[in-house]
Order: sequence, then C-alpha cells, then structure tokens
Amino acid sequence: MDYTFHWRPVIKALPDLFSAALITLEAAVLSMIVGIIIGLILAMMRLYGNRPMYFFATVWVELARNTPALLQLFFFGFGLGAFGWHLSPFMIVLCGLAFNNAGYLAENFRGGFQAIPKPQYNAARCLGMSASQTYTRIIIPQVFKLVYYPMTNQMVWAVLMSSLGMLVGFRELSGATQFLASNTFRLFEFFLVAAVFYYVLVKLILLVAHLISRKLFTY
Amino acid sequence: MIELKNVDKSFDQLKVLKGIDLTVQKGEVLSVIGASGSGKSTMLYCINALEKIQGGNIIVDGVDVHAPSTNVNQLRQKIGMVFQQWNSFPHLSVLDNVALAPRIVLGKTKREAREIAEKHLKHVGLGDKLDTYPTRMSGGQQQRLAIARALAMEPGYMLFDEVTSALDPELVGEVLDTLRLLREDGMTMIVVTHEINFARDVSDRIAFFHQGVIEELAPAKALVNNPQRTRTQQFLSKVL
Repeated sequence: MDYTFHWRPVIKALPDLFSAALITLEAAVLSMIVGIIIGLILAMMRLYGNRPMYFFATVWVELARNTPALLQLFFFGFGLGAFGWHLSPFMIVLCGLAFNNAGYLAENFRGGFQAIPKPQYNAARCLGMSASQTYTRIIIPQVFKLVYYPMTNQMVWAVLMSSLGMLVGFRELSGATQFLASNTFRLFEFFLVAAVFYYVLVKLILLVAHLISRKLFTY
Repeated sequence: MIELKNVDKSFDQLKVLKGIDLTVQKGEVLSVIGASGSGKSTMLYCINALEKIQGGNIIVDGVDVHAPSTNVNQLRQKIGMVFQQWNSFPHLSVLDNVALAPRIVLGKTKREAREIAEKHLKHVGLGDKLDTYPTRMSGGQQQRLAIARALAMEPGYMLFDEVTSALDPELVGEVLDTLRLLREDGMTMIVVTHEINFARDVSDRIAFFHQGVIEELAPAKALVNNPQRTRTQQFLSKVL
C-alpha cells in the first residue's frame, strides 16, 4: 500500500465537522417534521379524499417513492431555478427531503390507518366525539404507535439522504467534508471520519427514538 | 322516549329493516331477539345514526335522528352504546378510557372527569383497575369498561349490541350482572341479545325479529313462555 494516512488536517477540522453534523441533524429533523405533517395529510387524502385529492396524493407518493432522491433534490434546486425561483441550498435540501419523507411516510400512515379497526371509530363517535376529535384523540395516536418504527427508519434515511445536499452546494456534513478535504487533499481520511460521524449520529437518533417510545407507548 | 316509525333500511339491494314500528318508553327495558341477520343490530346502529335509513323516522326525545339539521354529536351524548366487540381504546388507561369523552365532549374539567370516571368504574366493579391498560384485562372486564365508558356520558338511553356474544362462557355472567344493575338504576335500555333467559328475567318486553320485521312483540315472560306466532315458537324451540 503506497498511501500514507495524514490525520492532522482532519483533527484540526473536527470542530467544523461537528458543526456540519449538527446542520445535517437540523435538516433531517425539520424535513421529518414537515414530512410527517404532509404525509398524514396525503394518507388521509388517499383514504378519504375526493377524486382530485386522491389523484394529487397518489402522484406525490408515486414520484417520491419511484424516482431517485437526487433527482427530487435537483428539481427543487435546478428545476425551480430554471423558472427563476432560486431557493437557498438549505431550502432545496429541506424541500427535497420533506418531499421524499412525505411520500414514504404517507404509505406507512395509510397502512396504519387501515390497521385500526372501524369499530374504534364507531365507539368514539357513539360517545358524542366529533370526527376530528375521533381522529386526533383515538385514531391517530394508535396509528403513530403502529408506524413508529417505520418512522424512525425514515428519520435515519433522512440523515443519510441529506448527504446528497453536497451536490446542490449545501454545507452539511458531506458538503463540509468535501470542502475541507479538497482544501487539504486528504479526501479518504476526511470521509472516513465523516462516516464515523454519520454512524454515531444515527445510533444516537435510534437511542433517543427508543427512549421516547418507552415513555410514549406504555401499553 | 325512542320512537321508530315505519323505518326502512337497506344495504344496496338487501332490505334489512322493513317498516319497523316500535316505541320504547323512558325507564323501559326492551330486549330484541332473533336469528343472525334478522336486522336487530342494524336497528341499534340506525337509532344513533351510525347507519343511515332509507325510509321512515326515528325520534329520540322529540328529535328526528336522521333529519339533516340534527346535530348527531349532541344526540349521541344521550344514547350510550356498547358493542359485541368491546372496543376499548388500547392507548388509554382504564381511567382515561372513561374520562376522555366527558372532558372533551361535555367540557368537564380534568378533575371532574376523573371523579365521574371513578364513580362509574367503581359501579361496574373496576374500581381497582384505574391505571391498568385495557389490553391487560379479560374480555368481561373490558366489556364492563365499555359500559362504564358509555355511562360516564350520563345518557338517557343505553343500546346493547350482543354484548356477551364474544365473551368466554365463564365471563358472560359478570356482564349480565352489570346489566341487571343498570335495570335496578332505572336505565332505559334496548338489549339485542341471544341470552333468552336473561331477556325474560330482566326486560319488560321482548321483540322477536324475523327477516327485517318485528314478528312478535310482547311482555317478556309472555313471549318466552307462551309465544303466539309459529316463527317465534320455532326460534325459541331451537335456542332454549
């Protein structure tokens, strides 16, 4: 092997990598929050909406699930840019990830809704609850338990997908790594350390998700 | 008072209720018996507007249940219903199962709702289960929970849809005892049931349903001991 490892530039850049990791986390978390809200709406459109709603939600889900995430990101970057609508790199990544998350989560939620027995709905309505009370108090809390683990998967996926942000000029963990590495030409070392950052970040998220689930789902 | 006037109900081509006329007075206990598919349960679903009707009227305390202007959420507060499958809310504790609706529907405070829930849970013998989750209880306990949950809305009427049919035989007794308790409290009830002896002992009148019509309606003991119609006689001879 004729490659000599040089770790000093990487160690010097650790604080920068750390703050870039936080940006990655921020983008992933925000895109998940938006994705969950839109995903819920899409799922309900597909289940209970009229024809145009069903069509709209179906197109969204199909595109999000069956095209590369990179192309989805490019759409919000270069696609909208071509029409003179220029988003910041952060917004491009946020929109792209939220679009993708919403599509995948919508299908999870749809399955979750279908798994809740219809009599649960009747029982709540019989107590005088309105349709919206029934959904917010009875149905959706149960759906969340069913889709909780698929949802944490999607969260992990969002963290890893956000690395595509480097291709639209976003300085998240991968973008920053690429930038710092190209200054010092220690590409391999930098990306190795970035991989460790990703790994630890994902493990932390899974740990937190597990702790939250223990608190939330006592039944 | 619950009044059904010439009620028709069909699922697509299938006519399930054909011109049902029935009046249940305040304080009365009416049992409804008949073969599966005779329309007994469907009638209950129509009374609190879980199902639409195609003809006739259903009037509860002077309110036309199926009129477009009727607020069904308000109406259902007066009519408690318990199902064959108890449908406890698995994500809520036993106490919250009962306290939720008084809080969010009737606007009671958390403390008031808790007191109401405790009172009704004690009444059905679940006073020691407040913080348990329903999934850890037997079917009989969950069914009594469902009864307490309906009672917490302090309804004027209770509808029971084959509430013992899904229970293991040894658990049927505790639920029937709870229904007897309600009878003593003076609750107005319509009880769809296959427990003929229970119906005879506890109800004022029994209606025998056959293929979507009320074949015979009579005081409970008379209908069971001395049925007038051939179909009633045939049905009773099969189930007794």
